[in-house]
Amino acid sequence: MELAVNIVLLSLLVTTAAALVLVRGLLASIMLTSIYGLLSASFFVIMDAVDVAFTEAAVGAGVSPLLLLLSVAVIGRHEARNAGARPLFAVLLVGITGALLIVGTLDMPAFGRADAPAHLHVAPRYLLLSGEETGIPNVVTSVLASYRAYDTLGEVIVIFTAGVAVILILASGTHRGSARPHSAPVDTKDPHTILQVVSKTMIPFMLLFAFYVQFHGDYGPGGGFQAGVIFASGIILYGLLYGLPAICRVIRPPVVELCSALGVLVYGVTGILSMLQGRPFLDYSVLADDPIRAQQIGIMVIELGVGITVASVLIVIYYAFANQFETNGN
Amino acid sequence: MMLDWVSGVLLLVGSFLLLTGALGFLRFADFYARIHACGVTETLATSCILLGLLIQSDSAVPQFKLLLILLFVLLSSPTSSHALAKAAWNAGVRPRDNRGKQPLPLPPGEH
Repeated sequence: MELAVNIVLLSLLVTTAAALVLVRGLLASIMLTSIYGLLSASFFVIMDAVDVAFTEAAVGAGVSPLLLLLSVAVIGRHEARNAGARPLFAVLLVGITGALLIVGTLDMPAFGRADAPAHLHVAPRYLLLSGEETGIPNVVTSVLASYRAYDTLGEVIVIFTAGVAVILILASGTHRGSARPHSAPVDTKDPHTILQVVSKTMIPFMLLFAFYVQFHGDYGPGGGFQAGVIFASGIILYGLLYGLPAICRVIRPPVVELCSALGVLVYGVTGILSMLQGRPFLDYSVLADDPIRAQQIGIMVIELGVGITVASVLIVIYYAFANQFETNGN
Repeated sequence: MMLDWVSGVLLLVGSFLLLTGALGFLRFADFYARIHACGVTETLATSCILLGLLIQSDSAVPQFKLLLILLFVLLSSPTSSHALAKAAWNAGVRPRDNRGKQPLPLPPGEH
């Protein structure tokens, strides 16, 4: 049964990828990207990677196609055809790279083999001891936030850098920051009344669900990354239906920009706190007398930092794109 | 036993409706007929399937979660159909006849 589901999902993924290559219109490719994200999320659920599926469903199927749509609304929906040029060199390069990648997979252990290196190195220790050492049932959270806290710090900094880069590229000299919308009233000629009414009942629950995912991440699928993207999706949905000026009055751009740095700061300060006590960076044992309690506090604090940064960077990026759309698109 | 039958019938009806919706989506002539086919059947079919699963489940937590999903689908599915149809109308898509060739006459005041 699971094999059948796997085969169907994977063939749908391949079909979508092929369609993505063949289709010409930019709007259609964006929709296909979104479908690809949704299919990947379903596939991750089948693989028991629910934590990743959460993020993929929100970012891959939701937020990133939205950002692409906003860009297409500014630059136009048709791809420029380069007349007559045959990109032989590019095709050759792509073919060679693809062939090398496929050759590379031949060395990989068979899917799901018990003696694959990934299952022999540190994974057994995480699976056997993480419950005792951190007191947290969800192994993904304890690996991400405690054993591999350095890597996660790196990821958070990457996300923060992405937000900074978007502001640097898209913010012009006149508006310093992600969005400084003109206070002109929203065009009320064609309001999305039904969408607004329905979304108004849903958004509070989306935000509540984000908090649930954030603080329940120790016990079930979830954590800072997932909560951040869900929270940002709720905010972005509001922004889509009520316009950029309205959402900027609710959540002011300077505050979000500050928050995106604040999350990284919370994470880093947690690490430095342990250094001040003479322990290694990000060693949580200084946070409380009981080691398990200390682990739990540390994981909660850095997950909070991750959540704050992810949510605010996504909102910042949305603001920057939507601001471009409102100033150039209309 | 009785409940098993009810749940089975609900699941079958739901699957059948999904199939008809997919068929309509592929075969109907113009945009609005297609969105009618999948929008209407999708809500009812998903509700049927979720109700069938609700009866199958024997503990409270999954039942509650399924109920929440049902509520979400009942709200979001018609709304998304509406959003699609409205976006198409605003983009200038107009209803066409059964072959998808001739535009249909519009009620007075619309253009």
